[in-house]
Amino acid sequence: MNAIEHNIQEFIKAASFQEVVESYHWNEVEESIYAKTKTDVEEALVKKKRTLEDFKALISPAALPFLEDMARESQALTQKRFGKTIQMYVPMYLSNECQNICTYCGFSQDNPLRRVTLTDQQILNEVNVIKSYGYAHILLVTGEANKTVGVPYFRNALQLIRPHFSNIAMEVQPLEQSDYELLIQEGLHSVLVYQETYHEDNYKFHHPKGKKSNFDYRLDTPDRLGKAGIHKMGLGVLIGLEDWRTDSFFNALHLSYLEKKYWQTKYSVSFPRLRPYTGNLEPKVNMSDKELVQLICAYRIFNEEVELSISTRENEKFRNNIIKLGITNISAGSKTDPGGYASGLQALEQFEISDERTPQQVAAMIKEQGYEAVWKDWDESYN
Amino acid sequence: MEPLIIAGKKFNSRLFTGTGKFSSSIVMKEALLASGSELVTVALRRVDIKDKDDDIIGHLNHSQFNLLPNTSGVRTAKEAIFAAQLAREALETDWLKLEIHPDPKYLLPDPIETLKAAEQLVKLGFIVLPYINADPVLCKRLEEVGVAAVMPLGSPIGSNNGLQTKAMLEIIISQSKVPVIVDAGIGAPSHAAEALEMGADAVLVNTAIAVSPDPIKMGIAFKLAVEAGRMAFEARLAKATKHAMASSPLTAFLDE
Repeated sequence: MNAIEHNIQEFIKAASFQEVVESYHWNEVEESIYAKTKTDVEEALVKKKRTLEDFKALISPAALPFLEDMARESQALTQKRFGKTIQMYVPMYLSNECQNICTYCGFSQDNPLRRVTLTDQQILNEVNVIKSYGYAHILLVTGEANKTVGVPYFRNALQLIRPHFSNIAMEVQPLEQSDYELLIQEGLHSVLVYQETYHEDNYKFHHPKGKKSNFDYRLDTPDRLGKAGIHKMGLGVLIGLEDWRTDSFFNALHLSYLEKKYWQTKYSVSFPRLRPYTGNLEPKVNMSDKELVQLICAYRIFNEEVELSISTRENEKFRNNIIKLGITNISAGSKTDPGGYASGLQALEQFEISDERTPQQVAAMIKEQGYEAVWKDWDESYN
Repeated sequence: MEPLIIAGKKFNSRLFTGTGKFSSSIVMKEALLASGSELVTVALRRVDIKDKDDDIIGHLNHSQFNLLPNTSGVRTAKEAIFAAQLAREALETDWLKLEIHPDPKYLLPDPIETLKAAEQLVKLGFIVLPYINADPVLCKRLEEVGVAAVMPLGSPIGSNNGLQTKAMLEIIISQSKVPVIVDAGIGAPSHAAEALEMGADAVLVNTAIAVSPDPIKMGIAFKLAVEAGRMAFEARLAKATKHAMASSPLTAFLDE
């Protein structure tokens, strides 16, 4: 057992991930990733079970010449676990009200555009359109406006939506454990909560105002979800805010910690790259397509069971080709403005999407790649 | 070959199959038809029981196939019983593959919840086939509560690692009064043949067929392996020996 693995064994005794992170230094981690060699990569590729040190090697610049080998391994591992299937899901934006200032986000409070929170009727109108596309898995998204879009709003929304979908996920502000417990009772299956960046100072720079500025509270959200007994949680960093390799290491560390501690929960990882929006923050770091493929394959080789998700932030060509390389979940036909499916309220979008194809067009593309687009892989009766 | 009888139902094929992971429902149907499988398990979570034209169920509507709904995804006995009742109503069968795995990473079955649920489900009139770890005592306990067969795993589901639990499977086979179906981990036809040679009554295979570049050919390969393994078992497979047996140096003096 190497030092990091040993640490994780120790850390599952820790109260939360905060304690784990405290023993790592960003710069040291970054240096150790960039110091990985060809030999480290070769060793990582032939092993049966990969450690976090192997993950570092696989995301390092030294692994780029091995991309084809990584892709082959990633494809084989993904097919073994998930078969030749891709799970379809779609986001439904309930609100773009937000009291946070985030430098990279269209919903940022200082962005002077139209704010909308869907009424019951508007939610049902969206549900009808989304269902007509064939979706059974839905992701509910909001900004953070605790007074108007808090737990009572979510509870009501879940009650409205639950009869129509077999699997409901949420990507909203971090909540308390007791809130999650309540929402799970209402049929909530999964929660996505991205740390954005694990670099604390940089996090504070990008989140100067609002509840989201509390780095530690966000960092401990997956722990609260684990304690609440959530079926699945999704992790991720917003690629572009910091060195993506170092941030991805911390995300993988978080994943390993959570898997060991909350063993009854399933995990997914997403790789959002910063997209243009009406505020236009220039990414500090640009990640190439090649590097994104490297990261996706590295996650798969490191963790055979984790679900890997890709959204409409990525363009057609990239999405067509990534289907076979390790991805398990895909969204299609997404609208990132509340009410966007049914009414065209023309409220503020969170970001511009890059793949405008309809869900049916994307499903047809998946089929062409020799995969089955799976619409339903959960049953409402299981909640 | 002797037919297999489970809960009074006769099966000519000892190859049971899963329906997940295929690249399409059409490929699934063709591969399963070619495999000769007569019992196919289908996850309640994957089918839309409200939809009469469900894609998976539609493709399994064929005289060769008997449906074996499974409860994959549930974490407790309570959830399993609820799901089983829904499946029975929607798919019109009492047959049930009971799967309770609270661990989403390795998908290993929970023995305590499985035993609890099995006892209840048998009372509710289900024909219960529980997916369990290769635990001989658990198999006997399940037998006592009235399951129709036991389904111990060869190795973790989807791992293709073969009969890693062989020593335990041998005990289970030797003492079971109900059919033993080796489920999970069978990644190659040779693994399936090995299970049947050992005296397992059947195997359940999914990943190895579904993920093959040629699922139809692989389905046939498993069909043949299962037949070969069973025939060898019926014909009393000769025991392997580690040394040549040309002479009897230790006991030859008795004939002198």
